[in-house]
Amino acid sequence: MVLKGKAWKFGDSISTDLICPGRYFHLRSNLPELAKHVLEDADPQFASSMSKDDFVVAGNNFGLGSSREHAPTIIKLAGVSAVLAKSFARIFYRNAINVGLPLVECDTDKIDQGDELELNLSTGIIRNKTKDIDLQVQSLPKAMLNILNDGGLVAHIQKHGDFKLD
Amino acid sequence: MGTLAEKILTAKSGKDCSANDVVIAKVDVAAFQDGTGPLGVRQLQKMNINKVKAAKSIFFLDHAAPSPRQELSNDHMLLREFSKQAGAILSEVGDGVIHQRLVESFAKPGDVVIGGDSHTCTSGALGAFATGMGSTDIAIGMAIGKTWFKVPKTIRIEVNGKFQPGVFSKDLILYLIGMIGADGATYKALEFGGSTIDRMSMESRFVLSNMAVEAGAKVGLIASDRVTREYLKARGRLKDWRPLAPDMDADYEKVIKIDAAKIEPQVAFPHTVDNTRPISSAKGKKVSQVFIGTCTNGRIEDLKIAAKILSGKKRATDTRLIVIPASRDVYLEAMKLGLLATFVKAGAIIMGPGCGPCVGVHQGVLGDGEVCLSTANRNFKGRMGNPEGFVYLASPATAAYSAIKGKISDPREFFSAKVKREK
Ligand code: SF4
Repeated sequence: MVLKGKAWKFGDSISTDLICPGRYFHLRSNLPELAKHVLEDADPQFASSMSKDDFVVAGNNFGLGSSREHAPTIIKLAGVSAVLAKSFARIFYRNAINVGLPLVECDTDKIDQGDELELNLSTGIIRNKTKDIDLQVQSLPKAMLNILNDGGLVAHIQKHGDFKLD
Repeated sequence: MGTLAEKILTAKSGKDCSANDVVIAKVDVAAFQDGTGPLGVRQLQKMNINKVKAAKSIFFLDHAAPSPRQELSNDHMLLREFSKQAGAILSEVGDGVIHQRLVESFAKPGDVVIGGDSHTCTSGALGAFATGMGSTDIAIGMAIGKTWFKVPKTIRIEVNGKFQPGVFSKDLILYLIGMIGADGATYKALEFGGSTIDRMSMESRFVLSNMAVEAGAKVGLIASDRVTREYLKARGRLKDWRPLAPDMDADYEKVIKIDAAKIEPQVAFPHTVDNTRPISSAKGKKVSQVFIGTCTNGRIEDLKIAAKILSGKKRATDTRLIVIPASRDVYLEAMKLGLLATFVKAGAIIMGPGCGPCVGVHQGVLGDGEVCLSTANRNFKGRMGNPEGFVYLASPATAAYSAIKGKISDPREFFSAKVKREK
């Protein structure tokens, strides 16, 4: 499967408080409403201006902070194809795989705001069409690939009745 | 041969494991709070699971406690109903913050503790492999009593020497995070040791483990020793104690040595926890609100230090002061010791046990441009409910002393003046 969309560029250390602010705590049982505020404190224009299938592109340590799974969930719900970053925080990484949001570790300095991107999920290659380059991608660990391929953790457990990681 | 992380996971997975292995481990404690619980419960309902299997499955109502709005009241109802039906324990509004309650009554040395809250690593100070995860991971862990881990590599933090008067474990952990950065330990375990840690009270140790995640760590572990034993014994839990230490020849990714005597009081500047500087560079910064509490520094030891500084004094006119005991037991003890009266006389407002203003849900939300000096563990933009607010982090001593002065002030002044007075 090939995902295509535009890049939305963010900086380093995008915390889960920036992705899913605490002042919307009361919307956590109303995910479509909560998704309207996704990344609001990092870029107030993002939620209203992004198109479905666009990419979130960031620097180091994306998703640091709270364990709120609502953060990757609303990124996915907003229609984002995948998050590309130089590195991810641990809990966010695990949560994203569990909810089926693809994450890609790569050198995001080679991507600018608005660049047209193509992610081939089966080969794992990211193509920056605007700059006409392919980006080297860090592959997912096997355990996580198994969960992602099953469609997230709930589907994984429903399918196998237990963890099936190797 | 084994680090603390490797030894606990070996015991809980039944497989002799070392760093980088992927293991499936038994879960002793699985916990949710009211912000992450509802999503977890819905995942379980989606899977038609209505009984929990983890030995201790607990729901804590603490982040929005008491509930400030109808949506959250409904979330609380969902958690109350589910825990009753599923055989889980419910920690009600007013019982306290998840991590304080976990160390007081549930987690023990050698346990695997998973929580739907990133600061679940707090219980690592008891020698438990305790870590935060998202709602789906916790839901599954609760339901089947197991979870999976990649065994982390360990960075050993060796601390020796004596703190200057006015310097505390909060300053040590802020100093360390400033040094290694907010991603300095991502995917890794931190293991604290050395003579300073050996002598340190359990309550001070919790501060170190609590903030391990602010360096990106999976767990923040401390050996279970006689200090651990005395803590559990005092809580009527002696049978929960057992000694646990890393092997002498454990394999560490690196060892960082810190001389405690060299550390000054630290302040984390907005908007990242690793933006840490010695207090001299923050001195004089005007403060609109001081907050003493949270799972980091809302324990009795913290309240005692704050009360000592605030005793017979008043908060500055333009500085509000909020004090929140982290649990019902801390509240009771503070009441018994007369600390609450000291705070109230000093011009503070005392609020019921819970997270309070820490995460911006309610209580003490900052106004535009306002500055809060907080004893919490996070100062991200928007953290206290307003992206136009500024949160600085420090120890309870720095917070209390600054509340009197109305600006960020060095608590060593208080302690050296006290030494002079006593001479
Ligand atoms: S006190 Fe703050 S950091 Fe601790 S659990 Fe509550 S919201 Fe999280």
